[in-house]
Amino acid sequence: MTFEVYIHVPFCLRRCGYCDFNTYTAPDMGEGVSRGHYANMVIHEMAIVRDWQAEHGISEPYASTVFFGGGTPTTLKARDLVAMLDAVRDTWGIADDAEITTEANPDTVDADYVKELADGGFNRISFGMQSAVPHVLETLDRTHTPANVAAGVTAADAAGIRSSVDLIYGAPGESLDDWRTSVRTAIDLGVNHISAYALTVAPNTKMGRRIAAGALRKPDDDDEANKYEIADAMFAEAGLEWYEISNWARPGYESQHNLGYWRNVDWAGLGPGAHSHYNTHDGVRGMRSWDIAHPRLWGAAINGGSVPWAGHETIAAEEDVEETIMLGLRLHEGLDITRLEGVVPEEAWRGLEDDGLITRDGMRAVPTLRGRLLNDTIIERLFAFLD
Amino acid sequence: MGQQHNQPGYTDRSLIRNFCIIAHIDHGKSTVADRILQLSGIVPEREMRDRFLDRMDIEQERGITIKSQAVRVPWTVDGTEYTLGMIDTPGHVDFTYEVSRALAACEGAVLLVDATQGIEAQTLSNLYMAIDHDLAIIPVLNKIDLPSAEPDKHAEEIAGLIGCDPSDVLRVSGKTGEGVSELLDRIVAEVPAPKGDPNAPARALIFDSVYDSYRGIVTYIRMVDGELKSREKMHMMGIGMTHDPIEIGVISPDMMPTKALGAGEVGYVITGAKDVSQSKVGDTITSAVNPATEPLDGYRDPQPMVYAGLFPIDNAQYPELREALDKLKLNDAALIYEPETSVALGFGFRCGFLGLLHMEIVTERLDREFGLDLISTAPNVPYEVTSEDNSVHRVTNPSEFPEGKIKKIVEPMVAADIITPKEFIGPVMDLCQDHRGQMGTMEYISTERVEMHYRIPLAEVVFDFFDQLKSRTKGYASLDYHEDGEQAADLVKVDILIQGEKVDAFSAIVHRDKAYSYGVMMTKKLRELIPRQQFEIPIQAAIGSRIIARENIRALRKDVLAKCYGGDISRKRKLLEKQKAGKKRMKMLGHVEVPQEAFIAALSTGEAGNDRDTKDKIRAAQKSEG
Repeated sequence: MTFEVYIHVPFCLRRCGYCDFNTYTAPDMGEGVSRGHYANMVIHEMAIVRDWQAEHGISEPYASTVFFGGGTPTTLKARDLVAMLDAVRDTWGIADDAEITTEANPDTVDADYVKELADGGFNRISFGMQSAVPHVLETLDRTHTPANVAAGVTAADAAGIRSSVDLIYGAPGESLDDWRTSVRTAIDLGVNHISAYALTVAPNTKMGRRIAAGALRKPDDDDEANKYEIADAMFAEAGLEWYEISNWARPGYESQHNLGYWRNVDWAGLGPGAHSHYNTHDGVRGMRSWDIAHPRLWGAAINGGSVPWAGHETIAAEEDVEETIMLGLRLHEGLDITRLEGVVPEEAWRGLEDDGLITRDGMRAVPTLRGRLLNDTIIERLFAFLD
Repeated sequence: MGQQHNQPGYTDRSLIRNFCIIAHIDHGKSTVADRILQLSGIVPEREMRDRFLDRMDIEQERGITIKSQAVRVPWTVDGTEYTLGMIDTPGHVDFTYEVSRALAACEGAVLLVDATQGIEAQTLSNLYMAIDHDLAIIPVLNKIDLPSAEPDKHAEEIAGLIGCDPSDVLRVSGKTGEGVSELLDRIVAEVPAPKGDPNAPARALIFDSVYDSYRGIVTYIRMVDGELKSREKMHMMGIGMTHDPIEIGVISPDMMPTKALGAGEVGYVITGAKDVSQSKVGDTITSAVNPATEPLDGYRDPQPMVYAGLFPIDNAQYPELREALDKLKLNDAALIYEPETSVALGFGFRCGFLGLLHMEIVTERLDREFGLDLISTAPNVPYEVTSEDNSVHRVTNPSEFPEGKIKKIVEPMVAADIITPKEFIGPVMDLCQDHRGQMGTMEYISTERVEMHYRIPLAEVVFDFFDQLKSRTKGYASLDYHEDGEQAADLVKVDILIQGEKVDAFSAIVHRDKAYSYGVMMTKKLRELIPRQQFEIPIQAAIGSRIIARENIRALRKDVLAKCYGGDISRKRKLLEKQKAGKKRMKMLGHVEVPQEAFIAALSTGEAGNDRDTKDKIRAAQKSEG
C-alpha cells in the first residue's frame, strides 16, 4: 500500500493563453484564501481530511511522496510551502526516502528561494520551461526567458536538489527546428528528468477562442506526432528513457509521485479542485473525490469544518479495470495482463502486436512508439471486451 | 344542427352538386371548407372554434381520419334545398392520379387561389386536369382580408388562364367568412347536376380510401349509376373481390349510416377489408347481385416512380421497420417494399414511391410515428437496361445493374411545367439545361409570370432539382410534372470503393457527363466524413474497373492524451466510455469504421462542390477518359 499527498496552489501571476487549469491571478479570493493565508487553509484541510479518513477506516502508511502543483506554487513564500510540508509530516508522517517536489515558474524563483525549499525538506523541483524559442514562448504567453530556466536549474543544483523541466510542443507557428532547439536546450541543461506535452487547447481558453476565430492555427496531430518522435529519439540518445508517454528520465530519476497516479495508488489531494483517490479499505469502497474548484467556496467549506468536496464517485469493479487499462498502457512498465485474464482473449493481444501497437514482456503489455501515440486506439480495442 | 330534407339514397339528382376545391398548400382550402360547413348549418357556431383548433392536430397526428374527404352539405337557394357533395383532393404532384379520380367524381371545381400569391404550378396543372374533365370552374381569390392581397392583379391572371372576365373571379376570405355564401350560391347555379342512370346496374367510383384504426378501411365513393344498398354484397370490378358491406353512409359532418346511396350521391362504404389494397382508388364498385358489365374508365394500379433503400441505423430495429411498413401500407396502396440486404447498411427494404414527396412523407412517418432511425439511400428511378446478349433488366437499384457490356439504357421522362416570375427565366433555363431538360414552349400567364414547359429525365428531377429551383428563383417558382414516356440515354453506374471494397449504398446510376462530378463529389465528401484510422484508406470512384476519382484518408498517427494525472483520470475514463458507446453506432466496411453520420451526410443531396479542387479533379477525370 502506497500513500501520496498532492497540494494544489491555485495562484498565478498571470494566466497563460492555453491554460485551463484551476488557477487565479487575484492574490486574495476571500474566505481567507489569499496568497498570504493559503498555507493555513490547506493545513486546516489536512486535519479535516485526516478525521474523515479515520471515520472511514482508512489508515494510510507514511506518505511516500508529496507534490505541490498548480497554478504556480512558487507564487507563495518558500516558508509557506515548507509550513505545509511540515504539516503533512505532522498529519500523516513522511517516509525517509520520500520524493518531495514543487512545480516552479522560472520567473518566480531565485537561489535563496530554492535554498530555503531545500532546507525545508524539498528534494525535487519541476520548472515550467515550455520552450527555448522566444516566439514560441510568446505564443504561449510565457513571460520567462530561456536564461531564467538555466538560472533556476543552476540554483537547484547548488542547493543539492534534483530538477526537471516541462516542454510543450505543437504551439501555433512552432517549426520542427524550433522544437529541436527546445529539446536540445533542455537536454543541455543537464537535468535528469524531462516532461514533454503536446499542446492541448481547450475551447474555453484565450488560445481556444483565438483558434476558433481563425487568428491562430489549430495544433496539428501529425505535426505533434512528428515532434513526439523527434523528442523521443533525442532524449533516448541523451540517456533519458521514456517511462510514461510524456515523461523521460535517467533510470532512477522517474517521478515517483506521478508513477503513483498511473499505478492507481491512494492519494489525498488538498486545495481547490484537487482530486483524491482511495482503493478499497475496511470502511470504504474504492472511490475518488474532488474538492470544490472555486477557492472562495472551498475556503468557506473548510472554515465551516466540513470536507470541502464538490463531489465523489465510487469506483465499481469494472471501472477499476478500465482505469487500470488506460493508466497501465501509459507506462513503460506496461499493463499487467493477468488483470484481464478471461476478459481479453489471446487473439486480441496478438492483433495489437501484429499492428505494431504493443509488445509483450512476460505478462505485461508495453506500448511501442506507435502504440504510445495511438494509445487511445489500444485502449478502445481492449475496452471492447468489457461490458 | 340544420335540418336536412334531402335524404341520402332518395335525393333527386337535379338537387345534387358535387364539387371539389383545387388549391395549393397554404392557400386556405381548409379554412374555406370549414366556413362552408359552418354556413350550411351542419356544424354549429360554437363548435367551429374547436374544429379550427383540432384540425392541425388531427391532420398531423392521424394524417387522414374522417374530415372533409366527402362531406354532404345542404344549401338552400330560393327556398329549394340542394345537396352539395364537397370532395377533398390531395394537393401534390405525386398524387396526380388520386387527384384525377377526385375530379372524376365531381361536376365542378372551385379554383381557390391565394390573393397574396397568385396561382402555383401544381394548382395550374390540376386546373388543366379539371378542364379536361369538363368540370365547371368557379374561380375564387382567398385571403382578401390580408393587407398584402392583390386581388385585381391575380384576378386578371386567373381570367387569362380560364378565359373568363376578371369580374367573374369571386373574392372571399375564409378567415372572416366574407363572400363564402355567394360562393355556395355560385356552386348551385354553375355546377351541373350529375348525369348517370339511376335505373342501371350500380356503378360507384372509388376516389379515396383510408385506413381508420377504429373502423378499418373507409372507402369514399361517388355513385354514378343505380344504387348501392347496405345489405347487398358488393363487387370491386378492378381487383375482382367481393365484400359484404358493414355500413354505407354519408358524412355530414360525421359519419351517418344510411340504407342506400343513389345515383349522383357521394358517400362512404365500410367493407371490413383489412388494407387499402383491397379497396383501390379508381376502382369501380358494383352490386354483386346485379352487377354492371363495364367498369368506369380510368382504373390503374399505382406505379412507383422513385425507389430508395430504407435501412434501420440499428439493425436490431429491422423487425420494427417491417411492422411499421406493414401498418403504413394499410393506408397507402401506392407504397411497395421488399426486403433488401446491403453490405454496408445491413438489412432493410427497397421501397417504391409515387414521387419524392411521397418518399418524404413515408420516411417522416416512420421516424415520427414509429420512432425509427433510418438511413435512406439516394432515390433512383426505374431503368430498363439491355445487355449485349439482348437480355433486358428492370433496374430499380444500382446493385441490379448488369455487369459487362451494356447495349442500351432507357430512362423514364417527365413533362415538367414551371411557373416563375419572368426575371428568373434565365436561371430556370440554366437549371433545366444542367439537368438534361429539353425545352418545349413558354407562355406568359400574365405580364409578370411565365409558364415554361420542359421534358426532363425523371432521375434529374428526383435528386435535388426542386430545391435548386427554389433557391435559384428566391422561392418564387413552382413546379409540376407528370410522366412523359421514356428515352434512351448514355448512363453509367458509378461505384464507390473504400479501401478497395465496393460500398453498395453509394453506387449510383448517372449520366456519363455527370459521372465524374458524382465520383469526385462523393470521394471528397467521404474523405471529410470518415475519421482517420490506423491505416491509410483509399477512397475511389469507378466506372466498371476504371477509376475516375480518388482521395486518400491518411493514417491516424496520434490519438493519445498528453497529460493524464490525478485530476484527469475520471474525466478521461468517462470520455473513453462514451467513445466506446459511439463505436457501437459505427458500421464496419471491411476494416474501416464508418460513422452512421457519414452515411447520412454522404447520401444527403446537395449541390456538387464549386471549389477549385473539385473542378480540377473533375476536369482531370474527364481528360483521363480521352
